[in-house]
Amino acid sequence: MRVALRRVIQLVVVLVFVSFFSFSLIQLVPGDPVVAIVGFASPAQLAQVRHQIGLDDPFLLQYWHWLGGFIHGDLGQHYSGPTGRSAVSTGIAQSLPVTLELMAFAMILTIVIAIPLGILSAYRSGTLTDKLISATAFGSIAMPDFALAIVLSFWVGVKLKWLPTSGFTHLSDGFVKNIKSLTLPAVSLAVGQIAAYMRLLRSDMIATLQEDYILMAKSKGIPTRRILWRHALRPSSLTLLTVAGLNIGALIGGTIVVENLFEIPGMGKLLFFAIFGRQFVELQSIVAVIAVGYVLVNVAVDILYTVLDPRIRDARALA
Amino acid sequence: MLEHSPSTVAAPVDAPPPATEPPPPDTEFVRARSQRVGLGGILGIIWLGFVAICAIVIPMVVKNPTNPGLLAARGMFKVSGHPLGGDSAGNDMLLQLAKGARSSLIVAIGAVAVGLVLGGTLGLIAGYYRGRIDTLLTSTFNILLAIPQFVLAVALVSVLANDSISKQGIPVPVTTGRRLAVLVIALGIVSTPILARITRANTLQWAQREFVLAARAQGATNRRVMIREVLPNVLPAMFSIALLGIAVAMVAEGGLSILGVGVHLPGVSWGSLIAQGRNSLQSQPSVVFEPIVCLFLTVLSLNYLGDVVRARFDVRESVL
Amino acid sequence: MSPRRRRQIDDRFADAPLDGPLLDVNGVQTFFKTPRGLVRAVDGVSLTLERGKTIGIVGESGSGKSVLSRSIMGLLPNNVVRHGSIKFEGREIGDADTETMRGYWGTQMSMVFQDPMTSLNPVMRVGNQITESLRYHLDVTKDYANETALALLQSVGIPEAERRMREYPHQLSGGMRQRVMIAIALACGPRLLFADEPTTALDVTVQAQILDLLQAQQRERFMAMVLVTHDLGVVAGRADNTGVMYAGQIVEYASTRTLFSETRHPYTEALLKSIPKLSQPSHTRLDAISGRPPDLVSPPVGCKFAARCGFAQPKCIAEEPALSDETTPGHAFRCFYPVGTPAGTDALERNLAAGVTATGLTVTRVGDALATGVDAVIA
Repeated sequence: MRVALRRVIQLVVVLVFVSFFSFSLIQLVPGDPVVAIVGFASPAQLAQVRHQIGLDDPFLLQYWHWLGGFIHGDLGQHYSGPTGRSAVSTGIAQSLPVTLELMAFAMILTIVIAIPLGILSAYRSGTLTDKLISATAFGSIAMPDFALAIVLSFWVGVKLKWLPTSGFTHLSDGFVKNIKSLTLPAVSLAVGQIAAYMRLLRSDMIATLQEDYILMAKSKGIPTRRILWRHALRPSSLTLLTVAGLNIGALIGGTIVVENLFEIPGMGKLLFFAIFGRQFVELQSIVAVIAVGYVLVNVAVDILYTVLDPRIRDARALA
Repeated sequence: MLEHSPSTVAAPVDAPPPATEPPPPDTEFVRARSQRVGLGGILGIIWLGFVAICAIVIPMVVKNPTNPGLLAARGMFKVSGHPLGGDSAGNDMLLQLAKGARSSLIVAIGAVAVGLVLGGTLGLIAGYYRGRIDTLLTSTFNILLAIPQFVLAVALVSVLANDSISKQGIPVPVTTGRRLAVLVIALGIVSTPILARITRANTLQWAQREFVLAARAQGATNRRVMIREVLPNVLPAMFSIALLGIAVAMVAEGGLSILGVGVHLPGVSWGSLIAQGRNSLQSQPSVVFEPIVCLFLTVLSLNYLGDVVRARFDVRESVL
Repeated sequence: MSPRRRRQIDDRFADAPLDGPLLDVNGVQTFFKTPRGLVRAVDGVSLTLERGKTIGIVGESGSGKSVLSRSIMGLLPNNVVRHGSIKFEGREIGDADTETMRGYWGTQMSMVFQDPMTSLNPVMRVGNQITESLRYHLDVTKDYANETALALLQSVGIPEAERRMREYPHQLSGGMRQRVMIAIALACGPRLLFADEPTTALDVTVQAQILDLLQAQQRERFMAMVLVTHDLGVVAGRADNTGVMYAGQIVEYASTRTLFSETRHPYTEALLKSIPKLSQPSHTRLDAISGRPPDLVSPPVGCKFAARCGFAQPKCIAEEPALSDETTPGHAFRCFYPVGTPAGTDALERNLAAGVTATGLTVTRVGDALATGVDAVIA
């Protein structure tokens, strides 16, 4: 229990810092952020907006108000001109599910392809198959997400016209169309991830396959397939989980860019509009939401890790 | 210490390398082969050298203005003297690519340099002194790492590179130079925690060795020991990470350009070429594909050489 | 299940010919391909094993004893060169492929490994590791498998077996883990058990328990056992016959009693002498065998032990002695000047008088024992 308490405190500390950092962004703006946000306006209007945002308050008080608002779901306002306002939370509530769906799609593709490839590569390490797979993986890592997205967009979307290159169909408007609109973006994101995970799994499994208990399983007469999937994969998959946290961070970055390339109305597109429109309040909130989400995902991965590895589970309980 | 967690504050002692680079397998045969630079390495060096030379030389030498002929004849090898075709504004692609290489390289190398100096120093201190300083610094790194790197970069750049307001209330657009500086600083800050972690991990390995103890026993100050004994041993490993880091920074700059916060006109970078070229994807795909190919080859070369250097110098591998 | 699997299972229980030994190994060689060259880990070993009997294989690290047992079972990877004939129940398995061998592993022959900590899958429950074998080979239901596993755990002496079934290897002590390994190995009732240094990783107090357990199981199941160890004490009283291995070859082979009482090969003699005895006064210097085993990539031409042997004569360097039991039927050894024979005693006296053997090894007598090499210089 003491362990759990410690982790909760750590989590809170991190969340506080992350939110503090996001909040401080607006302070870094050279010049007057209100002018940037609102555009042309009279001094009176500017002063009013400044008050609304809370920029006249002392720094820490601002943070307090902001944090309070954040926890209650008030994520600030999006200003289109000195008087037009709309809640940022609405925009985020609409965009977040789309982004999550795209990321989930990409992750599913990644897992389904990377794991068998990794196992195959490890089992046949040194052979031509392995060398081909490894070389392809190496090349895939060198290809940035967005570059691959453009290439795929061109060949599959424009030339072959198999899949749409822009626009998004909501799940409620048709499952197949929804999947189709997300396919190219998800594939662009997945290729790099597949390559990274596959290489990691491969090297980890090569080491695992040299362990004594694998020889032991072999001596029990267990067929190779079963040994690979049931005996060798389990310990190796833990390594994958360890880097999953970092990799998801990279995935988030890639998703933001890819959404813009394919006109997918997710957080990435929202971020773009916020930047383009110099909506720093909105920008702060988006960054905060993404950052908090990322922290929570890492916590989840951590918990999952504990659950999956019985050695850690017991060590933690004793610690 | 049995902490295997990827959680944000309790970090594993061994910092994992950037997520895309797993350690190479250590079988006895692979070790022998990886000691040599190999054909790939040579090609990589040639390509990188070529890019560097073009980046430096071509914009100085070629000062050719917009050629309307390029607008009409789209694509590569259509107009004599312009083998790579022209972009949508009629500029020669070769020139644009060279100028783009300049910016991309400046940003990437600059960012990694900043990261190495900041992160390297902090990591060295953390790994050498250990104890409370180490815990404090590591916690800081982990907190900074709690925000996805790219998002952090986007946030920093978009905020810092905002137009300033002149006295008359008219927005003054950000100069290219200022933009580049902001990019370098932002990407540098973003890369600091990871470089710090890796430096720390390497320092931990070296700082326990006897020659460090020997230097201290001879009365050398901590600072001297760190700089003269530990640092030279840590540097080779950092070199490999630097190469990989440059590749990552170039890609990041590309992503930033697509979001509109990379290098702006009149400045050109490979990322901005790709971002702008998107519009003419259908009519003139070469505008987009040429910088993509350049970026891909450069990243490939840097990755390959980074691996080669790591295999040569990483303490863990060569002990075998 | 597929007809092929059905045939595999049926085949397994087909009655084997009752005459003839269970295991007949003839001239087995096992070489490893390495960048340095071909490592001759096992270089011409022959032995036979009857049902229900135990054979001990004794040797130091690098003698090839572990490689031998794995080679006989066929567990080595594909880049290993194997020659020679291995007959199990009259059937040749030396050249069988992995697929065929898999039909034997677990059901006809199985192995207990040295280090139970690393030989058990750390992320699989103990019970599952046993039932996996049962369910795959014997095609039984999950419940039946669990019951059998439980009974197995109890029979190997694990208390609170039901609780242990659901635990993970790291939650058990070293001795218990080894018992689990034995349970796994015995699960499908093999006829031949290879015990590869089963007690080396265990406390001394637990060692005897494990060896007793193995013996008891063996008697109950009428199972043959190959007991591989570096410790002569382990084979004493437990193995019917024992072979001593050195540099990939058997240098002496006899019934265990004879091996101890009428030792012939100088290496065996030196091994016996090196065992510390309680009857020795305190501060007695231990008699180690100085020197190291030869390079298995380019082994010496003559007797492989000559460089460390106190009896060595010029003939030993030039010619390799053959393993023969001409003079003592049933007791084979590979030596020109064996211990306890006139030829051997003469050779030793000559060397002692000269102070050096034919290979340049210094020898002197220290009390009752022989000191060679560095020990001789110190003495």
